This record gives sequence, C-alpha cells and structure tokens, in this order.
Amino acid sequence: MTAQHKTHGEPLFRIAKRDALPMKTKILIRAAAVLLALVVDALFIVLVTKLNPIAVYARIFAASFSANMLFMQLLRDLTSLLCIGVALAPAFRMRFWNIGAEGQVLMGGFATALCMIFLGDRIPTPLLFLVMIVTSVLAGALWGFIPAFFKANWNTNETLFTLMMNYVAIQIVAYAVNIMRGERASVGSINKAGWFPNIFGYNFTLNIIIVAVLTAAMYVYLKYTKHGYEIAVVGESERTAKYAGINVKKVTIRTMLLSGALCGLCGLILVAGDKHTIATNTAGGNGFTAIIVAWLAKFNTFYMALISFLLVFLEKGAREIASTYGLNEYIAGIISGIILFFILGSEFFLQYRLILRHRTEKGGADK
Amino acid sequence: MFKKIASLAIAVLMLLTALTAFASCSSDGAAGIKIGCIMVGDETEGYTLAHMNGIKEAAKALGISESQIIWKYKVEENSDCYDAAVELVGRGCQLVISNSYGHQDFMVQAAKENPNVTFVSMTGDFASISGVSNLKNGFTKVFESRYVSGVVGGMKLKELIDNGTVSPTATPNAYDADGNVKIGYVGAFNYAEVVSGYTAFFLGLRSIVPNVTMEVNYTSSWFDIAKEAAAAEALVANGCVIIGQHADSTGAPSACERMLGEGKICYSVGYNVDILEAAPTAALTSPTNTWSEFYKELFQNVMNGKEQPYDVAKGYNENGVAITKLGPSCAAGTAEKVAEVEAALKAGTLHVFDVNTFTVSQPQNTCEVTTDAAGHLTSCKVNMSYMDWSTMTPIYEGETVECIKDGYFDESTVRSAPYFSVRIDGIIEK
Repeated sequence: MTAQHKTHGEPLFRIAKRDALPMKTKILIRAAAVLLALVVDALFIVLVTKLNPIAVYARIFAASFSANMLFMQLLRDLTSLLCIGVALAPAFRMRFWNIGAEGQVLMGGFATALCMIFLGDRIPTPLLFLVMIVTSVLAGALWGFIPAFFKANWNTNETLFTLMMNYVAIQIVAYAVNIMRGERASVGSINKAGWFPNIFGYNFTLNIIIVAVLTAAMYVYLKYTKHGYEIAVVGESERTAKYAGINVKKVTIRTMLLSGALCGLCGLILVAGDKHTIATNTAGGNGFTAIIVAWLAKFNTFYMALISFLLVFLEKGAREIASTYGLNEYIAGIISGIILFFILGSEFFLQYRLILRHRTEKGGADK
Repeated sequence: MFKKIASLAIAVLMLLTALTAFASCSSDGAAGIKIGCIMVGDETEGYTLAHMNGIKEAAKALGISESQIIWKYKVEENSDCYDAAVELVGRGCQLVISNSYGHQDFMVQAAKENPNVTFVSMTGDFASISGVSNLKNGFTKVFESRYVSGVVGGMKLKELIDNGTVSPTATPNAYDADGNVKIGYVGAFNYAEVVSGYTAFFLGLRSIVPNVTMEVNYTSSWFDIAKEAAAAEALVANGCVIIGQHADSTGAPSACERMLGEGKICYSVGYNVDILEAAPTAALTSPTNTWSEFYKELFQNVMNGKEQPYDVAKGYNENGVAITKLGPSCAAGTAEKVAEVEAALKAGTLHVFDVNTFTVSQPQNTCEVTTDAAGHLTSCKVNMSYMDWSTMTPIYEGETVECIKDGYFDESTVRSAPYFSVRIDGIIEK
C-alpha cells in the first residue's frame, strides 16, 4: 500500500468515511457552510441583480420573522410539509417508494371538504369532526392500500403505481370541483362549520399541535416498537425478514395503510385547519417535496422538522424577495437554492473527508 | 442522534442570527397611508398590468410615494390571498386591494378579522350583502366600451359587405340559414360578467349591421393562450368574420392574424390591452378598463377617513373605460362613429341594453323575465344573492331586483359587478 501511495495513477484526492466528529467540529463545519453560502449568495446578488445583498437577506428573514403572524404562518406551512414527511417515513423505511403522497393527501382533503360542504350545517360539530376524521383517514388509507395490495400480491412496481394514483386523485377532485363550483371559478371558502377552532388567536393552532404529536409518535413507533423493527428488517432485506418469520405481505400492507391514513389526515388538517377550500392544487406539491424531507432526514422525524423548517423558510424568503424587488421568481429561487445547497453540502463533509494526494494519513502505513 | 439534531439546529440558528443582524437595517419608512395590493398576475399579464398602472397613476397624482405601496404578485385565488391580506395588515396597511374575482372569498375572511382596515375586492360582487362593512367592491362599466368596440367591429363588417368581400356568393360559409352574417366571441366562463360583455359587444356591432348572429365559445379559463387560439380557429372555421373576446391572453388575436395571412377573412377585437403588436393587420381595437380614476377616489376616501361606498363602477362619463387605438385595418369613418357613440353614451341618450334593440324568446335560468308581444323585455328580476352552488343555498342573501328601468336594463348600478345574464336572441353559446 505504501508503495502505491505516490504513483502517477493516484487521483488528486480520494474520499474516506469519517469517524464520528466531536460536536464542536460539527457545529463549526455547519457554521462555515452557512457563512460560505451567504458570501456566495452575496456575490450572486451583487453581480446579477445589482441589489444590496444585506437588504435582500433582511427581507428573506423578515418574510418569516418580522411579525408574530408571519412566524405562525411559517409554523403552519412547516407542519403541513412535515406531516406528509412523517406519513412517508414508515413506507420509505420499508423501502416502499410511496410517491403517491400528493394523491393520498388530496383524497383526504377531498373527503374532508365533502363532509364540510354537505354535512356542515346538518349535524352537530363534534359529530362532524368525527365524520371528517374517519372519512379523510379512510380515503387516504384506501389510496395507500391499493398499490400496497398489488405490490404484496403480484409484486407490481409501487413507484409507478403510487405515481399514477396521484393523477387519478387529481382528476376525481377536478371533476367534483367543476360541478361544485357552479358559476364561480373555484369552490371558494367553504362554510365555517368544520373549520378547526381558533386557539390562541390562530385558526391553525390545532394543526401545529397534531403534527407535533404525530412527529413524536412516529419517532417512537419506528425506533422502539415491534412494528418499527419489522419495517426496518423488511426494508433491509425481504429474505432476512422471511427467514426471521416476518410476514412481509402483512407488514407491507399494514405499513402502507398507515402511511396513506396519515397522508389522509394531512389532507384533513390542510382543508379544515388551513385552506378551507378544495382544489386540485390543495396539496400544492408538498406530497413531492416531502419525499425530499423524508430522505434527507434519513427517516428521523425530528430531523425532518428541521429540514421542513429550512425549506419553508427559504421558500417564503424567495417569494418575498421576488415580490419586493420585482425579481424574476427563478432568480429568487437561485438565491435560496444556494443557501440550501451549502447547508446540505456540509452534511457530506460531516460524514466523509477528502484526502489530498500528497498528504499522508495520520497513523497510516507510512511509518 | 441527539447531537446531530442539536448541531443542525445550532447551524440553522446561526443562519437566523446572521440574518437578524441584517434585518434591523430594513425600514418600511414613509409616514401616512400604506396600501397593500394583491395581484393575481404581474406586469406580464394585461389585466393585472392595467390595475398596476391605475394604482401607480392614482398614487402619483395624490403624492403617495412608491414605498407606501406594498405589492404581492401572482397571488392565487385560494387561501394564499388570505395569507397575503393578513400579512399586509400586519405590515401596517390601512387599505388592502385585490384584483381578481376569486380573491373575494378570502378577502372577506381577512376583512372580518380586521375591522379597522378597508378591504377592496375588485370585480367582486357581495360586499354590500355580506354584512362586513369594511369590505368594498369596485368595477368599471366595461360593457360600455365593449359596446363601442362592437361598433368598431360593425363598421369593419359593413365595409367588408359593402365592398363585396363578404357576400352570400363569395363567402357562403359566413352566413347562417336565415341570411345573417356570423361573428364569433371567445369567452372565459359563462358568468354574468361575460354574458353582459358579449351581449354589449353584439348589440354594438348589430347597431351597424342589423343582420348578424354570434357564436360564443367558452375556454373555462381566464388566461390560456392555446385554448383561446383554438376557440378562435374553430369560430373562423365555422365562418365567423369578426372575433371578439373576454379572456385575458392574445391567443385569439394572434390566431386571427395568422388566419388572415392565410387568406381567411377574420378580424379581431381584443380585451384590456392594445393587441396591435400581436395582430398588426387583424386587430381592430380593444375595450379597456381605466382604473386610475377609481383608485384615486378610493385612496382619497381612505386618506380623509371618508367611508368608501360598497360599490363603485365608473363608465365613459367618469373616464372609467375606453377603447385602445384603432388599428390600420379599421373601416373609414370609424373614428367619427366612435366619437358619436361615446358622446351619446356620456350624454345618456344611448343605453347599451336598450330593450328595444333585442328580443328574448328562450327560457332563462339566471333571472326572471317577462316580454311583450314583440319579444322585448318588460321586466327582468335578478336575485343578487351570492350562492353556494354545491348545496344551492345562498351564502349571502341578496334582494331580487327589477333591473328594467325607463326602457333599458340598468347594468352595474345596483352593484358594481355586472349582473346582466339574459340570453338574448341571435347569440348561440357553445
């Protein structure tokens, strides 16, 4: 090995896995990433938009933190995204590529909206909420169950299947909305019955509470329960799972029912606690963004919360600067994208290190 | 694991603190009135551009600086509108304006929660019946300028007939079985706003050429270049000679220009913006809204603490509407005729929906009508309620109003948003 160490064929640098780093180093690397991102962004802003980068950063920050209400909206949008990420976590842990969250959320929201519209004034509020919860969870679970059932029995490709289910859901909602809107352009704001109650001055406080509980519960479920263990084993290797006596079919279907049901619940909190209307874009692409959230967090739900925060914060900032400075939306996207790129990039350096050609490894074979 | 989370949290926190330091530099500045504007599009889209110009012009005239106006562009017609409105209130706006009809549902929610702020939902229709006193509506009497644009189209059609370009022998496809010349209209939705507009256009055109029939094609979208072009193509293929529109893109004028180049006979009347660039030879004119007068009055009222009326709709009389520059293809004498019609509209000697100029024979779904022996309207009762169409119950109960006064349908006075939705003879909806 020593002999080959300085031959011509050796690349300029190679990558090696790091041992666990001390906390201080980790913080330093991340802080450096943030600073670097701000510097690169500043260059970009000055060169391309000719704006003052400090003023631009101030606006990005102000978009979420300049008023209580803005911060609460940030929390609300964060929880909408996080909730779907949490719902996806068990499926992804099992290596079941559920990219049908958009449709599962939409069906849950659609069921909620139908209850609000047609039962809103007819049944007492507690009963209405019960019906809304049951129907939205069932609708989401059904949308998760169908592809799981086919996968478990005939080994169909779940990625394509769940993707297609999105379009089925979107078309169903489009069809119903077209009937329900009558002479209006959209369904509009659905009557007050069925709205989540106003707690601490906000309509969506309940959203935040529900998602916080779900996040903690899912963490425990995946990490400490028998179900969670089974999911992990099936995800690692189906054969191992079978060998260990795990019923793979049952676990697959059960997990997707759970994933779909939670997506349905996301639909409920979106419609009853936030949007108060139903349209084909009610899920707003969060069903896809949440895939990134779940992946980056490696299925750790608390980590998901941080990533959701970052994504929502940057998205709000980008929209704000696009509006304030009359920027093209793509430029605003690039500015927030650079920050995201550096922060995620720093994760790489936390796990791996670069070894340059001429440097010898400490404690290596040179001695 | 905890360490990983904690260190990421600290990194994020550092990002935030770095930004907080910068945030203190920002200042919203300027004393006095603060105006928040929620726009459905941005300056690249004609309808929103007209609003933006109106707001800027009004602000300039009143000495309101640009820093006193906060813009929100591309706000969709859903709870994004509510979020934007609440944010604008949070940033100190005493007046919040939205420019699309679909924003209204969400503006009313924000208005209820912020009674000290004036909310104006442009083109909206339920402010006066909503019981929310700080929600207002505003529109223009654009049906007047649509009528005038119809006159321009009529002058062109008359020229084409007089010089023999359009005749039963030269262009048999342009005539229906009864010998009426076909014209077409690209409409967005089948709402009263669109029905009122195309009927005005039709009546203006028919005031010049009496034997016409009009086909209306709906696109189910306010802005869809491809669909609007396809609708115009279908109309022209069917023999229509003049194509009007109530949709926001230049899809139809561009399609007309192309077809005209290919030897078809078709001329276009646009909407909102000058379409001469999109269709240099096919374009005749466009009816437009001039919002600055409305906004000037609104800003003054808010600044002086005067109550803005629930409904304001300005027409020719108050420079609320106009038509754009006549295209080079317009018939000789069009400018004079336009001046004459505009003067008559201002003087009140001409009414767009004069009951003697049209007949009604088909059953009506949207209003209760009675007619005399000749088929002219004698009564038209319109229910002003705002409906939930999924359950067919009124969300806001409005009165049923008799709209025929002194021999004409009185449009945009009971409320600013149009409510003429009578389907008259001579127009076919597709």
